[in-house]
Amino acid sequence: MGRSYLAFVLAPELPFVDWLVELDRRVENSLSFFANRPLVLDLTSVAPTKAETVEIIAFIEERHLRLIAVEGVPLDWLPERLAPLPGKVQTAGVFQPPEGEKPVRSAPPPVAWEQEPSIGSPCAALLVNEPVRSGQSIIYPHGDVIIVGSVASGAEIIAGGSIHVYGCLRGRAFAGTNGNTNARIFCSKFDAEMMVIDGLYKTADDFDLALRGTSVQARLDRNVMNIEQMS
Amino acid sequence: MAKVLVVTSGKGGVGKTTSTAALGAALALNGQKVVVVDFDVGLRNLDLVMGAERRVVYDLINVAQGNAKLNQALIRDKRLENLALLPASQTRDKDALSEKGLARIIKELRTLFDWVICDSPAGIERGAMMAMRHADAAIIITNPEVSSVRDSDRIIGLLDAKTERAARGERVEKHLLITRYDQARAMRGEMLKKDDVLDILSVPLLGIIPESEQVLRASNLGQPVTLANPLSAPARAYNDAARRLMGDNLAINVPLERFNLLGRIFGGRAA
Repeated sequence: MGRSYLAFVLAPELPFVDWLVELDRRVENSLSFFANRPLVLDLTSVAPTKAETVEIIAFIEERHLRLIAVEGVPLDWLPERLAPLPGKVQTAGVFQPPEGEKPVRSAPPPVAWEQEPSIGSPCAALLVNEPVRSGQSIIYPHGDVIIVGSVASGAEIIAGGSIHVYGCLRGRAFAGTNGNTNARIFCSKFDAEMMVIDGLYKTADDFDLALRGTSVQARLDRNVMNIEQMS
Repeated sequence: MAKVLVVTSGKGGVGKTTSTAALGAALALNGQKVVVVDFDVGLRNLDLVMGAERRVVYDLINVAQGNAKLNQALIRDKRLENLALLPASQTRDKDALSEKGLARIIKELRTLFDWVICDSPAGIERGAMMAMRHADAAIIITNPEVSSVRDSDRIIGLLDAKTERAARGERVEKHLLITRYDQARAMRGEMLKKDDVLDILSVPLLGIIPESEQVLRASNLGQPVTLANPLSAPARAYNDAARRLMGDNLAINVPLERFNLLGRIFGGRAA
C-alpha cells in the first residue's frame, strides 16, 4: 500500500514580483499551513522561458517551501526531482469552445474533451463496502471511488475521478481533484454538505431543495456545476 | 467464552453509565456473571449509580499498576452476587492507565465473568479509546437528536479503526441502543424518529429505552433501574435488550404504545 496525500498547488501570476510579495505575506500569516506541506508549482499561466523557470523555482525553494513537482513547462527544463506528477491531466490541450459560440446544452462534448482523462494511469476504482462515518476521509487520487453505503455528515470523499455513492451522501464529496473536469458525483440519495468537482464547488446553500433526498448526478458543464436528478 | 462489551457514545450525558448499570444488572438477573468496569478516570459515576460509592477501596488504576490485586478492587454487588463493579480512580490522572496493565486486567476478567461491560467516558480521547480497545462488541448509546447521532457515527468509525479486533482485521460487533426516546415528541418532529436514526447510523438496533423519570429516580437511589423498578417501562426495555444480547430473538417495541396506554389510564400526563 502506498500513501496518499494532497498537494497544494501554487499557480504564480504575472507580474511575478507582486505575486511573490503576496506569497510571502500568506506564508507568514499561515506558517502551520505551509510547514511540510507538499507543493506543486503550476507555471501554465506564467509560461516562462527556461531561464525564468530556474529562477522561479529558486525563489520558491529559498522560502523553505517543500516543492515536489513543477507543471506547465517542458520536462527537460526541470531537475529530475521536480518532474510533473504522473497521471496529472494537463489543462493545456483541453478542448476550448471557440469564442462567441454559445454552449449548447444537449450537444455531447467533442471527442478531444472526452479523451483527456484516459491518458492518465488506468487505475481501478476504489470500492468501499461500508458506510463512511463522520470524521473519516476516503482519499483516492488515482481514480473513482465507489461507496456501497452512506457517507455521513462530517465525512469526506476525495477522488481523482468520479464518486459513486450507493446510499445517502450527507457529507462532502470532492471529485476530479487532479484536474479531471469530466469527473462526476453520483448518489442514490442526495443530502450533501458540499460537492466539489475539479475545485469548483457548491455548498448546501446553493442546492435546489427539491433535489434533496433524490438520486442525483453532478457534473461540470463549461465550469458550471450542474446537479440534476436521475430518473 | 466471556464477552467484552464497550458502552460508548461520543457525546456525554446520553446515558452510557445508566445503561451500563441497567444492562449489567439485567444480565445478572438472567443468571449471567457480570462485571461492570468504569473507564471514566477522574469523573467516575458508575459507583454512584451502582450504589457502591462508599465501598471503593482500590480501583482500576491501582490494579493496572500492580498496586492491588484484581480481587481486592472488585466490588461484589449486595443485591446480586453474580454482579461486580470495577471502579475507576477519581483522583488519578487519566493518563495513568497503561495499555499493558489494562490488557492484563481484561484478560483476567474474561476468566472470571461471562460479560465484561466497559463504561466509556465521553469524547474520543485516550480514555474512550482505552475503553473500546479490547471490546468484542460495542453498544452505541444514542439519543434521538442530531448531535448525538453524529457523535455516535464518529465513534462507530473509530470502533473499526482503533480496537484490538480492528488491528487483527476482525470486526467489532455493533448494537445501537436508543435512549431517552419520546415517541410523542418524535411524531411531532421535535426529535429524530427511530427510523431516521437507524438510517443514518446503519447499525442493528438493540433496543429503545423510553424517556422516563424512573431512570433518574433509580440513579439517585444508587440503583440500576432494572433493579429499582423492574416493571417500569425503561427497566423492561433494558431487560429485553439484555436478553437480545444473550441471543434471544425478541421483537423490538417502540415504547409509544405502552406510553400512550399508560397516559390514557393515568390522565394523559405527557413528559
